Amino acid sequence: MKKIALVLTFLMALFVFPFTENIQAKEKVNLRVYNWGEYVSNGEDGTLDVISEFEKKYPYIDVEYTTYATNEELYAKLKSGAANYDVIVPSDYMVSRMIEEDMLEKINFDNIPNFENVMDNFKNLSYDPTNEYSVPYTWGTVGIIYNKKLVDEKPTSWEALWDEKYTNMILMFNNSKDAFGIALKKLGYSQNSTDKKQLDEAAEELKRQKPVLQAYVMDEIFDKMSTGEAALAPYYAGDALTMISENPDLGFVVPEEGTNRFVDAMVIPKGVRHKEEAEIFINFMLEEEIAKANIEYLGYSTPMQDVYDDLDEEIKNDGISYPDKKILEKCDTFINLPDETNQYVQELWVDILASGQSSVFELIFLIAVILGLGLFMIIYLRRRKKNM
Amino acid sequence: MLKKSISFPYLLWMIIFVIVPLGIMVYFAFTTSGGSFTFENIEKISQYTPIFIKSINLAIIATIICFFISFPLAYILSRASDNYQRTSMLLLMLPMWMSFLLRTYAWMTLLENEGLINKFLGLFNIGPVQMINTPGAVVLGMVYNYLPFMVLPLYSIMAKIDNSVIEAAQDLGCNIFKVVIKVLLPLSLPGIITGITMVFVPSVSTFIISRMLGGGQNMMIGDLIEQQFIGSTYNPNMGSAMSLILMVIMLVVMGITSSLDDDEREGIVI
Repeated sequence: MKKIALVLTFLMALFVFPFTENIQAKEKVNLRVYNWGEYVSNGEDGTLDVISEFEKKYPYIDVEYTTYATNEELYAKLKSGAANYDVIVPSDYMVSRMIEEDMLEKINFDNIPNFENVMDNFKNLSYDPTNEYSVPYTWGTVGIIYNKKLVDEKPTSWEALWDEKYTNMILMFNNSKDAFGIALKKLGYSQNSTDKKQLDEAAEELKRQKPVLQAYVMDEIFDKMSTGEAALAPYYAGDALTMISENPDLGFVVPEEGTNRFVDAMVIPKGVRHKEEAEIFINFMLEEEIAKANIEYLGYSTPMQDVYDDLDEEIKNDGISYPDKKILEKCDTFINLPDETNQYVQELWVDILASGQSSVFELIFLIAVILGLGLFMIIYLRRRKKNM
Repeated sequence: MLKKSISFPYLLWMIIFVIVPLGIMVYFAFTTSGGSFTFENIEKISQYTPIFIKSINLAIIATIICFFISFPLAYILSRASDNYQRTSMLLLMLPMWMSFLLRTYAWMTLLENEGLINKFLGLFNIGPVQMINTPGAVVLGMVYNYLPFMVLPLYSIMAKIDNSVIEAAQDLGCNIFKVVIKVLLPLSLPGIITGITMVFVPSVSTFIISRMLGGGQNMMIGDLIEQQFIGSTYNPNMGSAMSLILMVIMLVVMGITSSLDDDEREGIVI
């Protein structure tokens, strides 16, 4: 009996404990920030530790900083209601999806005076046309990373990723959104196309590309490009800079057909507990010194005019982080597409990945194995019965 | 009375973390994103049949290879001296202390065209041999990662087989081949069944091995399911339907293998 009582007290203590924690939290606000992995300057190698700077400036706010890897992961977490966050940083199309599904809180821009310094062409973007819900954090483009030693001339067009000269040396995105974005841009269509004919054409392009490809990859690109395993690959500009710093033989171009210009924006989810503190945090992230530290750490591009003005001429002109205006004009930002289109693209994508495999032979193999197993079982079970 | 009360926390655990999630999965598999009942998800899976066939085939091949490596290995180990057994077991388990991801990643750098193996072959002017991004590489990854799951149950059951049984068979005129077929195989059947299940099930549902070593072209069921949840197409209903089908396949396989076994055995896999 004593033992049971002990266990009960222990269990009760477990349940009570979180409440006592809450009482403490009333004095100190617990701000939950959910961001991409490696997406804030963290104090490594003499960089500025942005989160602890913030906590120093606002001692009554305690930041709980966690990270995610994909927009879909973030969406799934929010949608399931399993977690509540105060500030999140989804990409463009996910912002528009969340706005459509009424998942975001309108931001009170009075609390964000630094918004003034955001460049005009980063306000009222297609994913948030009235700019009530989001504040841009970083942006970048998708371009081609190439190995100068393995590629004869600097590629200028998406055509390079279809070039038979480099058969088995080309990598491609293992993600339908980016892959179709490239194929659509190559054909001169909008990357937000919902036209089935255009999508079919894009799928044809991607199928045509498959024989020259080495592999469909995502993060493995870092390894494969820096060791020279592959010669050409499409990837995000910020990550390209990281790769170039590791292997100086690499170069990056933004193709002339235009490309995907992505924006990651800070937003506040619906039903947030500390909206005001969330706005303070967003405003803090826009401060020149902080935004500069983040951009330098991340390698992505800044939407802040004051930070941009302060940059080295070299960075402004090398065409990686800040491509030519002419090319930028041809770039789109992803918006949320209807479910029907997403589903259709996904079906085409799986078809592309699974194409060119000898499924007849595989089917025969499978049937042979099943028949063999069945035969073995029958013989075995019969024998066992006999022996009994 | 005592026995029941002890199992209660485990029962509760099972209900909360096994039964309820299973129920949620089944619910998702048979509903649309709006929540109304539908068979559409299951029907749509038929278009992914080639991927299902491929996954099952690769998993079968990996399981067979694992078995043919493990069976003699387990026998030799079980007959070796204590010291030898301990050392080899340690060596067998050692790679498992490392992260699964890291081990697979290491194979990637080994198999690449610019990788260590091809560089070595290059010294003799051979190659480069295309090894990465092939189905063979995926099977290799599965065999490497799941081999211990086959060796361990086989080893523990073979250690229990008395030498005198084998000697008796030999005295009665069995050659080595017959000893294996008539004595070793039937006696180690429970271990074989556990081993097959423990290799086949994770192999057929893996996604990271096929992604890293298969180069994205060798898509497996696991990749497909992963795409539905955290990949570019967010469709948990479809993903649940796929998982459900995968579970049915596994249940069938486990049902077949365990029906082979004698009924009097104490512990069963399923």
